[in-house]
Amino acid sequence: MSGPWTAADGPRGVAQQRLLVVDPTAEMAFETRARALPELLRARDLVVVNDAATLPASLRVCTGSGRMHELRVATPGGPTGWWVVLLGEGDWRTPTERRPLPEMLDVDDAIALPDGTHAHVLERSPRSPRLLRIDWGRDDARVLALLFGHGRPIQYSYLKGDLRIEDVQTAFGVRPWAVEMPSASRPLDWAALRALRGRGVELATLTHAAGLSATGDDALDAQLPLPERYDLPARTVAAIERAHAGGARVLAVGTTVVRALEGNAATHGGRLRSGEGTTALVIGPGFVPRIASGLLSGVHEPGTSHHAVVRAFAPAALLEAAHQHAALRGFLVHEFGDATLVLPRERARLG
Amino acid sequence: MNDRPAALVTGASRGLGQALALRLAERGHPVVLVARADEPLQDVVTRIRARGGRLAHAVVGDLGRPDDARSIAAQATALVGRVGLLVHNASSLGPLPMPALADTRPEDLLAVLEVNLLGPFRLTRALLGGLALGQGGTIVHISSDAAVEAYPGWGAYAVSKAALDHLSRVWAAELGEAGVRVLSVDPGEMDTRMHADAVPDADRWALADPDVVARRILALLEDSVGAPSGARLIAAQWSADGEVTA
Repeated sequence: MSGPWTAADGPRGVAQQRLLVVDPTAEMAFETRARALPELLRARDLVVVNDAATLPASLRVCTGSGRMHELRVATPGGPTGWWVVLLGEGDWRTPTERRPLPEMLDVDDAIALPDGTHAHVLERSPRSPRLLRIDWGRDDARVLALLFGHGRPIQYSYLKGDLRIEDVQTAFGVRPWAVEMPSASRPLDWAALRALRGRGVELATLTHAAGLSATGDDALDAQLPLPERYDLPARTVAAIERAHAGGARVLAVGTTVVRALEGNAATHGGRLRSGEGTTALVIGPGFVPRIASGLLSGVHEPGTSHHAVVRAFAPAALLEAAHQHAALRGFLVHEFGDATLVLPRERARLG
Repeated sequence: MNDRPAALVTGASRGLGQALALRLAERGHPVVLVARADEPLQDVVTRIRARGGRLAHAVVGDLGRPDDARSIAAQATALVGRVGLLVHNASSLGPLPMPALADTRPEDLLAVLEVNLLGPFRLTRALLGGLALGQGGTIVHISSDAAVEAYPGWGAYAVSKAALDHLSRVWAAELGEAGVRVLSVDPGEMDTRMHADAVPDADRWALADPDVVARRILALLEDSVGAPSGARLIAAQWSADGEVTA
């Protein structure tokens, strides 16, 4: 880890989490406990969460030459199919960029699976020859059974120990679409959700297939996030439209929610349309969010793609001051680190 | 279009679970059937499809294994989108013939609790995001009169069912405002393999047909006034034809 930032080295719950609060309206930032989050929101605010459950997306496989590899699921089936990357042998203690190069596979090559069956390569991605679309030889539910039976969650080299499947679930994750944990939701356990409801805050869900954070391939890593699948329920669209019409504030929980909402709006002329879709939207400098006006996320080092999303919600100078404070105070970064809340702004009431 | 919520029934390969799955499918619920072995489950799925039920799926899983709950929830959700009716029916009697509590080994009690108590708890937790974030839904725990009466020789099973009843009440207290209805149902004595395992010399003619009990349970599910969230219900108080009899 470079610079002043330290990563949390194991799973931590909301009780251990700190919260960096950035309030663009008051032009101030302060620190509190993640448990205090509900008190920072108020009646009629709308909180949109990602209800994706996290898969055991890492599987030990063997290629035709007999070499062992780690297979990581990049996109979990559905209309886009199953895209995977192979990493050279080695466990999570070796950072992905230091793992041996994987064997290069061609279309029709077989991959031996831990249950004795084989998957086959259907396609190599133009993005990287290491990104493969595969046929598991079974339907999607049976692929899930294989992953749960033989796979494990994707591990991180900065953690002290192994992650178990329970460690990478959010409180409410239910649709098996995420290959890495939508970790921005960590402050929202059921007690927090209950407290939010008690304050009159409205909750809505969408599902977004949170993708890989690292593939072991620099060229491919530079293209992350890959296009990701999402599902936007009609009731969530209705809740957002009601919030916008009434001047209520909308808080997105996680960059995945921002991506799904803004990606959906971008393809429908600025308006949301319910249903499933895929978004390739990358939120970078200068992006103006149209749907949510606030964001709950992790603490992200400046320069990361997640930080770029946070920047879309807060003035640069205020965010920089907040991050300087967080760095000095030893806020923790990465999946199990602390949290950042950019408070949503009021919207002008429509009509 | 079908607006019945998808149902998940554990222990669906035989007995009451099978009967519930068949009747739920008949009423138009997409159904996910869960049990430990694939083949008997597939037979039930085939029967449901033969009767015109279009959306029936088998998911293999063991409620007694801690990691299986997430797997079952993931597969079920991938198959039907969202589980809105969760029926915790699978249960284990423990070693047979059922020993007196004094002769029950602690590990056998633990194994019964894994299947009958922790299994339902884990599975509810894994599916809660589809129930308690505003969508609403129903959770049914299949109990037993052994949860209330202290019968010699029913120790491990009885303790697990008493705890399951209370698990149901606490879920109800916590999830009420989220629109989730949580019930515990005593199905009464039924002519099932489980009953034969427990009481091999029972007079089968005195036992209820699991299909009749399944229809009573469907009737009480429709009765939101008589069967409010948090209640422990006696299935026999509802008519198999949908009318309350008590």
